[in-house]
Amino acid sequence: MPVGDILPELSLILGAAIILVSATFLPRQRHLCCTLLALMTLAVAMGLTLDQWSLTNQLSFKTVWAIDRGAVIAKSIILAATFICVLLSPQWLNKDRRHGEYYTLVLFTALGAIVLASANGSMELIMGVLLSSAASYPLVAFHRNWAPSTEAGMKYFLAGALANAILLVGVVLLFGLVGDTAYGVIHTQLAARADPWILTAGFACVLTGLCFKLAAFPLHTWMPDVAQGAPVPVAALLSVVPKIGAAVALARFVQILPVDFSWPALLACVAAATMTLGNLAAVWQKDMRRLLGWSSVSQSGYALMAVTVLNRTDSALPALLVFLAGYATANLALFAAVTALRGRTDFADYAGLSQKQPAIALVIVVSFLSLVGIPPLFGFFGKLALFSSTIEGRYLWLAVLAIANTVISLFYYLRLVQIMYFKAPEQSMHLLGKLSWGTTLAMGIGVLALGLAAQGVLALINTVGFATGNWNG
Amino acid sequence: MILTISLLVPLLAALLLAFPLHWPQRYYRGFATGIALVPCLLLVIAWVNFDTRGSLFQHVHEVPWVPSLGMAWRVGADGIALAVATMSSFLIAGAAFYPVDTYGRARQYYAWILFLQAVSLGVFLALDLLLFYVFFDLNLVAMYFLIARWGHGKARFAATKFFLFTLCGSLALLLGILGLYLSVEPRTFDMRILIEQQPLAGTGLLASLVFLGLMVGLIIKTPLAPLHTWLPQAHVDSPGPVSAILAGVLLKMGTYGMIRIPYSMMRQTFEQYALAIAVLALVSILYGALVALAQHNLKRRIAYTSINHMGYTVLGIAAAGALMSDSPMAQRLALTGATVEMVAHGLITGSLFFITGSFWQRTREYDLDAYGGLAAKAPVLAFAMVLAAFASFGLPGLAGFVAEFQIFAGTFAIYPWLASIGLLGILITAALFLQMLQKLFFGSLPQRWTEFTDLGRDERLVLAVLLLAVVVIGIYPNVLLGPIEASVTLLVGRP
Repeated sequence: MPVGDILPELSLILGAAIILVSATFLPRQRHLCCTLLALMTLAVAMGLTLDQWSLTNQLSFKTVWAIDRGAVIAKSIILAATFICVLLSPQWLNKDRRHGEYYTLVLFTALGAIVLASANGSMELIMGVLLSSAASYPLVAFHRNWAPSTEAGMKYFLAGALANAILLVGVVLLFGLVGDTAYGVIHTQLAARADPWILTAGFACVLTGLCFKLAAFPLHTWMPDVAQGAPVPVAALLSVVPKIGAAVALARFVQILPVDFSWPALLACVAAATMTLGNLAAVWQKDMRRLLGWSSVSQSGYALMAVTVLNRTDSALPALLVFLAGYATANLALFAAVTALRGRTDFADYAGLSQKQPAIALVIVVSFLSLVGIPPLFGFFGKLALFSSTIEGRYLWLAVLAIANTVISLFYYLRLVQIMYFKAPEQSMHLLGKLSWGTTLAMGIGVLALGLAAQGVLALINTVGFATGNWNG
Repeated sequence: MILTISLLVPLLAALLLAFPLHWPQRYYRGFATGIALVPCLLLVIAWVNFDTRGSLFQHVHEVPWVPSLGMAWRVGADGIALAVATMSSFLIAGAAFYPVDTYGRARQYYAWILFLQAVSLGVFLALDLLLFYVFFDLNLVAMYFLIARWGHGKARFAATKFFLFTLCGSLALLLGILGLYLSVEPRTFDMRILIEQQPLAGTGLLASLVFLGLMVGLIIKTPLAPLHTWLPQAHVDSPGPVSAILAGVLLKMGTYGMIRIPYSMMRQTFEQYALAIAVLALVSILYGALVALAQHNLKRRIAYTSINHMGYTVLGIAAAGALMSDSPMAQRLALTGATVEMVAHGLITGSLFFITGSFWQRTREYDLDAYGGLAAKAPVLAFAMVLAAFASFGLPGLAGFVAEFQIFAGTFAIYPWLASIGLLGILITAALFLQMLQKLFFGSLPQRWTEFTDLGRDERLVLAVLLLAVVVIGIYPNVLLGPIEASVTLLVGRP
């Protein structure tokens, strides 16, 4: 068994286990050690992931495990995002008795996502989805004495259980068609002969299951609840990490479908519905965390645009990853800001933030503008790549719809900007602590700096590809 | 290099002002004015050194930025860009110097003004489509904060409407830009290559869609009726100097963009749709003038005349791009006129909005009917306003006349009917300005304005410089025409 090919995953499991054991034996005030352990584990996993960069696209474990630059980039973004979320956590949770175990769950959530990024067989797909779901249910309900948290946890769990069941049905249908779970075999068999009805049903089921992880229509409704009810670092984690894994997994999955099967049309509709619903629901929100949740739904819709045109242009996969990286940076910056502000969420509580906490207000504005796609922020390059490949893939209507949605999104972002900048502060604003404040600031600088240094990011990401073995050229 | 420096100086100064400095409030204005004059000086030097027999774009400076996208820091200018950029930098320097109430936030106000100067110059001087778009969008951010923070009335509503409306235009423009980018091999945003290759030659569906995207974006910015509705509100609620920049500089981005992108890069498609654009321009000319005539609010009235004047500019551009190429002379005249109109409108309407800012500082009142008899009370203000108003409706000997004469002379040879109907616009503007002057300055002085003071020293200085330029261009247009005509000849002469 080529164990070396899954070293990053193994390191996460090992780290999570060590943390669990330490958390059991360490006194509560020493749980900060677990934070450090989690950060170290993530750094090691990151190093091991980057070590795979030089390996050219290859398949491992009898072709069901992909090691390619698409996976490496996605995993790096996931691990980096998890790192940020862990940085935000200690001050949020240090009064909690279960502080240590929390990191085990975080690491398992990240593990599920990176398994998704490499999954090249439907069993691995299921494993990734289930792992990241199961680990994150308790995270959402971590504040078990606070009703919104348990409510969000319950909704998230119910939606997740349904979605995972549907995903399983889809995988079973496909297995029934071809008798295998490896993508390579499925692809060859489907290309040779496939019952179109079962194929459609199977694809629809798998898509629905992944839509849950992506927070995309029709299983997007948990996202705003989780954003509002979960601990803010968890909301940050779940709005970014599983999304990236699922987007890459979906991109891998659609490539096994036969050429004459018109999945792009279906995906385009899902993308259109997701971005429009997310934006329209965000328009009248008066709650910052819910707003971020809905805006995150709409961003998934944009990401799906790139998957839609995946087989029509080579630029789609890089576009997807650049966009996800840009989204992750800005979204994490926003959730970091909310964490630093002790999770304040009512719009009214943001009045006059620019006077009390100018740096955080500025980070929020810059991140909003990056999500809108104002140059030269990082988000702009993501949107640019996305629009460019969507047009190239001849889905002009989708690009036009995305533009209309972008204008709507600016509207609701500006509502908060106005409150922060043009209303007088009514109360003093306490911060959570220096660490989350520093993280917020660093993320804000990242949004700008990565935009200015876009060449470096693009040069890396433009080399990505998927390992497809001997099928699909 | 000289153009890059003229961009970077205000940009870096704006960044400096973004940090809490704790200087005395009055220092900021002097600092900002001093910095804003640097690009003015550099651009004048660039203007003097412009070689009228040289290539289209001069003073080119190129630094790689995002080569994997074909994007680079490319700046350079032809005569058209240089004329508009120089006018803009002077107008913004004037805006920085013009006294205004900053509500105790002088540092932030002048930081945004300097930032606005940098990104505005960026739009006119960029030779890279994506860089152009970057600056085009950053303008919106700066303008949003200037209006929302320092405006009056329903300032936040106006600012939001402005941002949303023009972002919509920007994104349409972005789609068009991407269409151009995707159609050239190897892919690049370099304007020089796109102008040379004319990648979407022809009138296929794709070319028409790209053209539509570009034009919708630029028309919203210009703005032409019926996409102008963001403009009056944004103008009325901005502080005077910001209005001056909005009218004098930001509107030019629309018309300049038309010359630079669709006109230069998609000439065949432009020819196909030139008549439609000309008709749209004519509608704006008449609609802008008529609606302005109906306004009782001083600032709204001037704002609507902008729609009318930008209509002249677009008419000139459309005539210059029309299919009948048997009259290149007339087309050159029309395009030169359109460029001069941009410069003239910037100076004239900029002055008018500065004066409305002075009115607001003194009276907090824009209603024309509330005024009267101010000529005796404030003779200098009255003189400046009369001069600017006369220039605006095109009195011979002033800059507006040179521009409108060239536009109409050129358009007559190409679209005689449109030009004749368009002349009505000038008639109506003359009426509305005369009526405005009469209401403000003649008749009896209402009791409440007995304390009205004349323009102060700083206000006089700014207006004197701008109006002097208006007179000089009016009497001796050749100071402006050399480089413009050189570039126009190269642009129109293209097949």
